Amino acid sequence: MLEISALNSFYGKAHILNDLDFSINRGEVVALLGRNGAGKTTTMKSIMQLVHPKSGRVSFDGADITSLPSHKIARLGLGYVPEERRIFSDLTILENLEVGRQKARKDAPVWTVEALFELFPNLWERRNNRGKAMSGGEQQMLTIARTLMGNPKLLLLDEPSEGIAPVIVEQMAKTILRFKEEGLTVIISEQNLHFARIVADRAIILESGEKKFDGTFTDLENQPDIRDAYLSV
Amino acid sequence: MGLFVAQLLTGLANAAALFLVASGLSLIFGVTRIVNFAHGSLYMLGAYFGVMLMQSLPGAVGFWGSIVLSSLIVGAIGIIIEICVLRPVYRAPELFQLVATFGVILVIQDLTLMFWGAEDQLGPRAPGLKSVVRILGEPIPQYDLALIVITPFILLGLWWLISKTRVGILVRAATQDREMVGALGVNQSWLFTGVFFLGSALAGLGGAIQLPKGGADLLMDLNIISAVFVVVVIGGMGSIVGAFVASVLISVLNVFGVAYLPQSTLVLMYVVMAIVLLVRPYGLFGREEKAGEHGQAGEPDRPIRPAGVRGRLFAAALFLALALVPVFGSNFTQVLLTDILIFCLFAASLQFMLSTGGMVSFGHAAFFGGGAYAAALLVTYADSPMELAFLFAPLAAGLLAVVFGWFCIRLSGVYFAMLTLAFSQLVWSLVFQWYDVTGGDDGLVNIWPSAWLSGTTTYYYFTLIVGVGGIIFLRHLIHSPFGYSLRATRDSARQADATGINVTHVQWAAFATAGAMAGLAGGLFVFSKGSVFPNELEIEKSFDALIVVFLGGVKTLSGGVVGAAFMESVKDWLTRLEYWRLILGLLIIGVVIVAPAGIVGTLRGLSERLGLRWTGETTR
Repeated sequence: MLEISALNSFYGKAHILNDLDFSINRGEVVALLGRNGAGKTTTMKSIMQLVHPKSGRVSFDGADITSLPSHKIARLGLGYVPEERRIFSDLTILENLEVGRQKARKDAPVWTVEALFELFPNLWERRNNRGKAMSGGEQQMLTIARTLMGNPKLLLLDEPSEGIAPVIVEQMAKTILRFKEEGLTVIISEQNLHFARIVADRAIILESGEKKFDGTFTDLENQPDIRDAYLSV
Repeated sequence: MGLFVAQLLTGLANAAALFLVASGLSLIFGVTRIVNFAHGSLYMLGAYFGVMLMQSLPGAVGFWGSIVLSSLIVGAIGIIIEICVLRPVYRAPELFQLVATFGVILVIQDLTLMFWGAEDQLGPRAPGLKSVVRILGEPIPQYDLALIVITPFILLGLWWLISKTRVGILVRAATQDREMVGALGVNQSWLFTGVFFLGSALAGLGGAIQLPKGGADLLMDLNIISAVFVVVVIGGMGSIVGAFVASVLISVLNVFGVAYLPQSTLVLMYVVMAIVLLVRPYGLFGREEKAGEHGQAGEPDRPIRPAGVRGRLFAAALFLALALVPVFGSNFTQVLLTDILIFCLFAASLQFMLSTGGMVSFGHAAFFGGGAYAAALLVTYADSPMELAFLFAPLAAGLLAVVFGWFCIRLSGVYFAMLTLAFSQLVWSLVFQWYDVTGGDDGLVNIWPSAWLSGTTTYYYFTLIVGVGGIIFLRHLIHSPFGYSLRATRDSARQADATGINVTHVQWAAFATAGAMAGLAGGLFVFSKGSVFPNELEIEKSFDALIVVFLGGVKTLSGGVVGAAFMESVKDWLTRLEYWRLILGLLIIGVVIVAPAGIVGTLRGLSERLGLRWTGETTR
């Protein structure tokens, strides 16, 4: 569904992604693992063209999206949930959802405001509040809900478990598993191996913008040296 | 009582046009982050189109139809500007877009002159609303009452659009984080174009709707723009309600000012603005600007280094050549070069605070003109010797900058720029209206240098030494520890603060230094011309300095000097043509789009490709 080949991205002169290759199949939940600065966020931004890769190719459903503007990529069915959440804090929760609204598509689950409020009941209670006065967990729910309003086929979740309470993390894991049941494809970047193992089918490990591992969690457990080299602090 | 009410009503009616233009400007700024200086020009176009249409469309339907139609035409012109001029430079730093809109002002000025001629156009009166109504015995024009009724409805309509519709929600979201809006599948380009259409149409509407009260002339673009800035800053950038409240406040204040304090009408507006900003730095209804929250991660700027051997040799050779000019050159060449050198110093002082300090000032003329006037006043009233008055110029301008700087550096970005503009307008209006002391429009004359400095050649040498000395001083300052601190505050005020740099003091000192050096240029200027007039304090003068810094290259050290030299030489030749503004405007827009690195940046890029180095190595 998503193919990344020989991708190179830079911030100024800093080389962040180095000839990165991987592919994602329909219906998979893939965890992008690695330490801070390994290139997880840049990978997601490069897919969305929020960072413009110097070379390489990203294709989605067989079409090259490398030179498309972000809004066209989003309209093709890629939903991006940024790590910093980027809630529109001057807008109410309902208005935040409205910004994300796009047409329904046949080959992806269709979301309505009602369905999302059912999924995240906390948001319903505060639907007319502005985004300012929300807890980290609520913000994270709103960010995900806002992106789902675009009825994406592939969800890019950047560190969803970061900075939220453990109870909410558990809830988040259930939610992601539910997305999978609905047929959504998900790429999730994580530092929390435990969380990743619960929700994902496959792990891709990045280090200095290079792919160091690509396989199942069982494979990863059988290669403790890889885990020690690229994941432990 | 009757008179009071009548004045209040006049003020409310005057607020209509101001509100329309200001709300358009505010809207455009909110979403695109562009301060559209050409907004006054769109207002002017609205008025001209209005007159033209009203002459051919009869009756009340024709009158109101013409107003709506002119608004739509101006909206369409706004779309053309957005697509042709601004879209290519959205990714560039804010200053580039700003300069591009300066270019648009010049182009529209000359195009208007071409189509409609230089004569003022009388505004037709509204059919059915030509007479007056007596309220408490005072005659109130019916049209004024109509405006008072119409404006709140426009406000209501805009409010509904912004707060209740999907477009409005997207506009507000984009105001906060336009990249994220794009990542959610919203086409930003169309949102920008749409907002530009709406904002421009509002300006056009303002121009057309004020016709029965004002008419149309070629000066109305710059005449309204500073009032509009004041309104937008008082109300808060991006707030429609704020624009309304501030328009009413300023218009009513103006009417009462004319009646009770006729000497200070112009000053009043800026005083109110300064007070509001002191109490509420982001305006009555504005929100704090969080700078750089989701800034684009672009190429980091290359560090500024002192000139290398090659660069120094080149500068020395140039200085020598300039020193030899009187041997070969004509009198005229020396006068022209004197002007150029003065302008170079002025531009260098602006570049110091703008490029090195990261403080974009829209009102640098206050210090140039301020220095010139300080020297001239001392000569006129204290009969002081020229030497003393000359030294007083940078001193006075520096003191002025210390005072203004204290207010301005509390703000940043657009608010900083607006406040500098307001202060420069304050000085201008003081000088312009305080006729008894400053001579107002007649200026101050007979300000000549002492005997030992008089004569074109002698004064040329004097200017050469002082001007080049000033420029070298500024360059040295940039490479001093003070310059390093200043650059640190520019790149990250917070980090500089955490490193132990007193950000406020460093910026204040830089502001004052830039002001003093501009005052030095002003001192050179007044004695070279023998007179000074209020136009040395005008917005155009500040714009000129901004434009040359930009043309030369913002991210270079010598950009201001080179840009000033280029512009003065070209202008001397260009102003002989009838439509020189059009050519200059197109030139500016062309540079913004094609060579955003400016003259110096582009030349440096080219010569470096040929393997030439102009700067020294960084010492490690």
